[in-house]
Amino acid sequence: MSKANTTVAPSGEELVFTRPASLVDRPTHYCPGCHHGIAHRLVAELLDEMGVIENTIAVASIGCSVFLYNYIDADGVESPHGRAPAVATGVKRARPDKFVFTYQGDGDLASIGMAEIIHAANRGERISVVFINNTVYGMTGGQMAPTTLIGQKTTTCPAGRCLEREGAPIRMAEIIAHLGGTAFCARGSLDSVKNIRQAKKYMRQAFEVQAKGFGFGFVELLSGCPTNWRMTPVAANKRIADEMIPYFPLGVYRDVVADGTCGSMVAGGE
Amino acid sequence: MSRITVSEERCKGCLLCTQVCPVEIIRQSERINQHGYKVAEVPAEDMEKCTGCASCATICPDVAIEVWRGKKPKKSA
Amino acid sequence: MAGNKERLFVKGNEAIAMGALAAGCRCFFGYPITPQNDIPEFMSKYLVEAGGQFVQAESEVAAANMLLGAGACGVRAMTSSSSPGLSLKQEAISYMAGSEIPAVIVNMNRGGPGLGDIGPSQGDYFQSTRGGGHGDYRLLVLAPSSAQEAYDMTFDAFDLAFASRNPVLILGDAIIGQMKEPITPREPKAVDPAEGGDWRLIGAPKSGPDKREHRIIKSLFLNDGELAGQNMKLQAKYEAWKKLAACETFEVNDAELVVVAYGSIGRIAKNAVRNLRAKGKKVGLLRPKTLYPFPEKALEKLAKAGKRFLTIEHNLGQMVEDVRLSVRHYADSELFCVYPGNMPSPDDFEAPILRALGRK
Repeated sequence: MSKANTTVAPSGEELVFTRPASLVDRPTHYCPGCHHGIAHRLVAELLDEMGVIENTIAVASIGCSVFLYNYIDADGVESPHGRAPAVATGVKRARPDKFVFTYQGDGDLASIGMAEIIHAANRGERISVVFINNTVYGMTGGQMAPTTLIGQKTTTCPAGRCLEREGAPIRMAEIIAHLGGTAFCARGSLDSVKNIRQAKKYMRQAFEVQAKGFGFGFVELLSGCPTNWRMTPVAANKRIADEMIPYFPLGVYRDVVADGTCGSMVAGGE
Repeated sequence: MSRITVSEERCKGCLLCTQVCPVEIIRQSERINQHGYKVAEVPAEDMEKCTGCASCATICPDVAIEVWRGKKPKKSA
Repeated sequence: MAGNKERLFVKGNEAIAMGALAAGCRCFFGYPITPQNDIPEFMSKYLVEAGGQFVQAESEVAAANMLLGAGACGVRAMTSSSSPGLSLKQEAISYMAGSEIPAVIVNMNRGGPGLGDIGPSQGDYFQSTRGGGHGDYRLLVLAPSSAQEAYDMTFDAFDLAFASRNPVLILGDAIIGQMKEPITPREPKAVDPAEGGDWRLIGAPKSGPDKREHRIIKSLFLNDGELAGQNMKLQAKYEAWKKLAACETFEVNDAELVVVAYGSIGRIAKNAVRNLRAKGKKVGLLRPKTLYPFPEKALEKLAKAGKRFLTIEHNLGQMVEDVRLSVRHYADSELFCVYPGNMPSPDDFEAPILRALGRK
């Protein structure tokens, strides 16, 4: 919850949870139970808590979350599909004093944008990436994503994803962690209160490694897409716990601050 | 005591909040908002059970819930 | 270096890089491809020494998208490539045109289609002048025919890009890029630090005198009528560019036949015209310096005066369509094509010019 809010009512009640200031007061276009709303809120809370909202340039991607810029009260630019890390590279190189983050889905980041995310991480661009993994292309209507689980039915693998035919689901956090410029990399989940609170801690670290100039920050968030999974929001959250987390384990995959290797990251920087 | 408010304009009736309330006081109402969603509510008589834990607000994808935490009764002593 | 008033003996590619530096370019995003490698090589040293940012991107796709990001911040930025690389950049170029982001893009045109060859070509004329990527848009296209002009056009391209909030394309070829000749550099430009202040992304202050709404730079317009409005706005901008159309004319006043050629071919054709004039032949030259906007008024005026036309280009006939459209009420244009892999000399053009001159 946001620490920025300390409203106290005449009765002595304290408002301990409300919309963060950096989240625009506008109902989202997302479907019921979609986790983009949670991720947006966490981003906005962190921008408020870190005091960087006025200094932020948000880089939106393609998919349901292209409208990120309608909800986060920061300057923002739209990227072609998958190119957000390249656009963010250009933004950060042009304005190194700004806080720059991308917000990308799994079709965008792990399929068409694979080259851009790998090389932005490898160069150690001082940007932060919020990666929403919901194992499906949402906006286009539920097609197979690179993260679609084996056996999961989508509109382009109607019989279920097949290992022999379509390959294995890609684990991005594990890949990004091993690249030279990555300063922080973790996978969280938005399926439970406990996991959401932990995810926010990961996001804070992914943001702070940029703010401190240590390198590239990456956080993968396992998220629900009830509409394209053809299930209720409650069942979708259960699916994350039962099927996604076992394949996409949660945790920190790289942390140069904890490793004590952040000095070398700074030396190898811009 | 603590309490929550549910913005009926924002609520999409996903019911995730109903699953995480430790005192199980949130339920689906019979009211339908302008978007066509049956919104969540806490019956007035149950609100006093609210602990102000903010679990419902944390899991709400639509930032539809605000949480007010009352002063602890001990403080007056 | 760029402010030195002495003449410098440089390649066209180097002249472009120097022109960009003198124009206040702060970011360059490159990727290797022949025959433009001198540009990123130069920038990786001299732009960085000048405190700018050089990134060798993972692809031309990424380089163009980095350009988009830097341009959205209102910072003077540039990329360069050659034909196959330009195909890859079209995605971001379309987005930049749609979201009105200024940028400078260099294409040192090589032979195509496909991998083609690495020799000079004008095969990308259509791609350059018709937008190039998806959607209804145009670029400002400048076509240098010498190292000096390459320098000057690059120097001016940044001002044009920012004045019109649009990508500007410099279309050269392997001859322009690789030929070494003297240039006179200009005084480096003092770029206004507030350039782009009413639209660039720089962070949105929430209080104080600079308080404003957050800005969004985008090309997605889903609401009813919104995209039509945006495209009409772009169209009005392109229409206003028409006054920027520029060309060089040579010996056209009493000419019966006007040769139309651009870039390196325009320069070679000029020598052919000069040689034929020495032989008493009434021929002249019109060399478009801007390919979009095309110098259609200048051509129409010559057509109205009764001239006939021969278009010479290093492809199988692309610019000739614009020449014919320009002169259509009064004349037509013949076409002489230079094929890929050929490096023409002025002598090669004399026979086709005389043939066209002889036909009434």
